[in-house]
Amino acid sequence: MEGDTIEVPVVETGTSRRSWIALGVLIATIAAFAIRPEWIPEFRCSWYEVVGIVAVLTGGPIIASTVARKRNPAAGPLVRNHALALPLSASVFVFMVLLSLRCGSLEIDNATAWNALFDYDDTVQGQIVVRELRVPRTMLGAVAGACLAVAGAITQGVTRNPLGAPSILGVNTGASFAIVTAIFLGGVVSPEGYVWFAFLGAAGAAVLVYAVASVGPGGATPVKLALAGVVITALLGAWTTSLLLLDQETLDQARFWLAGSIAGRGTEELELLWPIIIVALVGGMSLGRQVNLLSMGEDVAAGLGQRVNLVRGSSAVVVVALAGGAVAIAGPVGFIGLAIPHMVRSLVGPDYRWILLYSLLLGPCLLLGADVVGRVIVRPSELQVGIVTAAIGAPFLIYLVRFTKLAEL
Amino acid sequence: MFAIAAPSLDTTIVVTSGLLGIFIALRLADFVPNRRFSLRVGPVSALMQSRVIIIGLAGLAIVLSLLLTGLVVGDFPIGAWDALGEAFWARGGEFDFIVNTLRFPRVTVAILAGMCLGMSGAIFQALINNPLVSPDIIGINTGAAVFAVFILATGENIALLPFAAFFGAIGTAFVIYVLAWKKGISGSRLVLVGVGIQALLGAVITFVQVRFPIERIVAAARWQAGSLFGASWDDARTLAIGLLLLTPAAFVLTQRLRLLQLGDEAAAGLGIKVERDRLALIVVGSGLAAVAVAVIGPLGFVALLVPHMVRLMVGQLTGGTLLLTAIVGGAFLLGADLIAQRLFAPTTLPAGVVTGAIGGPYFLFLLARYNRAL
Repeated sequence: MEGDTIEVPVVETGTSRRSWIALGVLIATIAAFAIRPEWIPEFRCSWYEVVGIVAVLTGGPIIASTVARKRNPAAGPLVRNHALALPLSASVFVFMVLLSLRCGSLEIDNATAWNALFDYDDTVQGQIVVRELRVPRTMLGAVAGACLAVAGAITQGVTRNPLGAPSILGVNTGASFAIVTAIFLGGVVSPEGYVWFAFLGAAGAAVLVYAVASVGPGGATPVKLALAGVVITALLGAWTTSLLLLDQETLDQARFWLAGSIAGRGTEELELLWPIIIVALVGGMSLGRQVNLLSMGEDVAAGLGQRVNLVRGSSAVVVVALAGGAVAIAGPVGFIGLAIPHMVRSLVGPDYRWILLYSLLLGPCLLLGADVVGRVIVRPSELQVGIVTAAIGAPFLIYLVRFTKLAEL
Repeated sequence: MFAIAAPSLDTTIVVTSGLLGIFIALRLADFVPNRRFSLRVGPVSALMQSRVIIIGLAGLAIVLSLLLTGLVVGDFPIGAWDALGEAFWARGGEFDFIVNTLRFPRVTVAILAGMCLGMSGAIFQALINNPLVSPDIIGINTGAAVFAVFILATGENIALLPFAAFFGAIGTAFVIYVLAWKKGISGSRLVLVGVGIQALLGAVITFVQVRFPIERIVAAARWQAGSLFGASWDDARTLAIGLLLLTPAAFVLTQRLRLLQLGDEAAAGLGIKVERDRLALIVVGSGLAAVAVAVIGPLGFVALLVPHMVRLMVGQLTGGTLLLTAIVGGAFLLGADLIAQRLFAPTTLPAGVVTGAIGGPYFLFLLARYNRAL
């Protein structure tokens, strides 16, 4: 096949000697911390420390790239040295995981967290907390964040729509609707029951919203997509509310699920869904080249020998599986899939092979960061992660609308 | 396990004929003669449109017949003559409680709230020049809802609710407008900013819902679904006061609105203070929405569907059209509430579900058809 050999956006992978040294230093540092966990700085997880760390880690790169582009608009993306940037992202991820294990209503020091993972002693209270509560929670958050971010990146690339993201596509409301209906009609209470309803509801809503937005000659423009999402959300939301009203018990059961929380959930959902999620993630990551072609337009992609409909179809399957899986395991968490691909794109440029990889690494960071912030900010109580991501994501959407050419696309 | 009774045959017929009625009305409107003539009474003159008058009278007739239906129909059917007598000239009889405490306030509230929502939507759609921009779509209802839910959940004085909702709605409208402003206002930017704000406010509502005890959350959730259940004369009075205060302003501003629609520069050239009038229109428009939302909850799609239907029937917004929109809005909400009460009787749905079921598809049809405007 001739088409297979065409490389479209040429990306320098920057494998100079300097970057290999940097990589070596990083790996050595991580390894050193792994052997001697007490070397990791012991901060106290007070709310300003956590909020500050999360804000710097998520906002810092964006500000840096904005400043760099202001200085020299022709310079291209900030990150060109992936041998340096990938380990950096990975270490941010590791750091967020650590934060998520340590912070909460009970503060836990590095050594305890470390021992809980690798040298478990079930007589120490801190280790039990880590092992029983925080490890599942962190796993759920990391997996859901990765799924949402990758799903958002693929959607944005394939549909060429900057607002293509699971939450805009109504995935969350679809899942909520399905779950509430299931609780109401069938009295489904077990996670095994929830999962499939959430999955189906999410998938159905996404397909419906996209189909509705695509009707008409203009195709799915950002505004039409947003409007279709709002209306389907309103419709399903009205039905959900009226079902909840008919039965107070359902409302009481469902309201915490509806807030989007990864707290106090078991890993049953994950244990059920992991094969689907792994397959979808691998499939999604391997779509990078195809998404690159499609993101230049259908005609170009077809002209370069791509079977456009096949790629579209497989992307749709992947996105639906990822978004549905994320909602099923973590509840309705919004805006990760919208924000992360945009942030990553502003850092690494338009090549989707890299965008997908970094989304996979940084999506969990944002979700875990939001979760940790929610844990410490109203101590001893907690804010659900869905609330925190909406509080971060909604201003981000407004920023996109105001300061980019989004609305005119 | 809870089962919903299947809709009975006659209610199915009612819903179907209601939907058909909307489309037939849109078709028939073309055949109504549309002559313009001026009416002079002493120093006052007005340009009248015969189609507006005819359709308005027809709408009034529909409102009155629905009002009668609302008094008669229910779990306890009452004869038409008895119900009317109880409501108007022979109070205190056998059916006093059912008619004067349960049904009459409810239909009155439905009509008044529908009027508010219809006018609010008409003002917004004309101001932004886009049929898809109405207060419920861009998040103004959610703004009112945040404050109202907070008051319901914390158990504050219920009497504060209308005021809180009112300021919530106006504040939200203002924030959305400021954030969407960038060398002028564009419908698509307004919608997208609205979506963001709505998500943010939705998160606040969720937060409130999770933090407070379930008994109060039920009240808040019921209010949020947009229900006329338990409407009282106090609610009707709130709505009436709001209408009395805001309607004259709306009529005065409608004249300016027509000039604003010519474009900012043309309007400024004609002596309009563009920014001031636009701000006034937004305050009045979101105020009208807020009054309705404060009483019946964030009930969607009335403010979207009714003004657009009226525009299809009679054309651009004028004072007369605004009045017509109010009448049709009242009829629409009252009809929707009756359907919501009777469709699955004895289980009643919130009216918001019915307006959503009718308005949602209509909106999607608009979206497919008017996408060039976006």
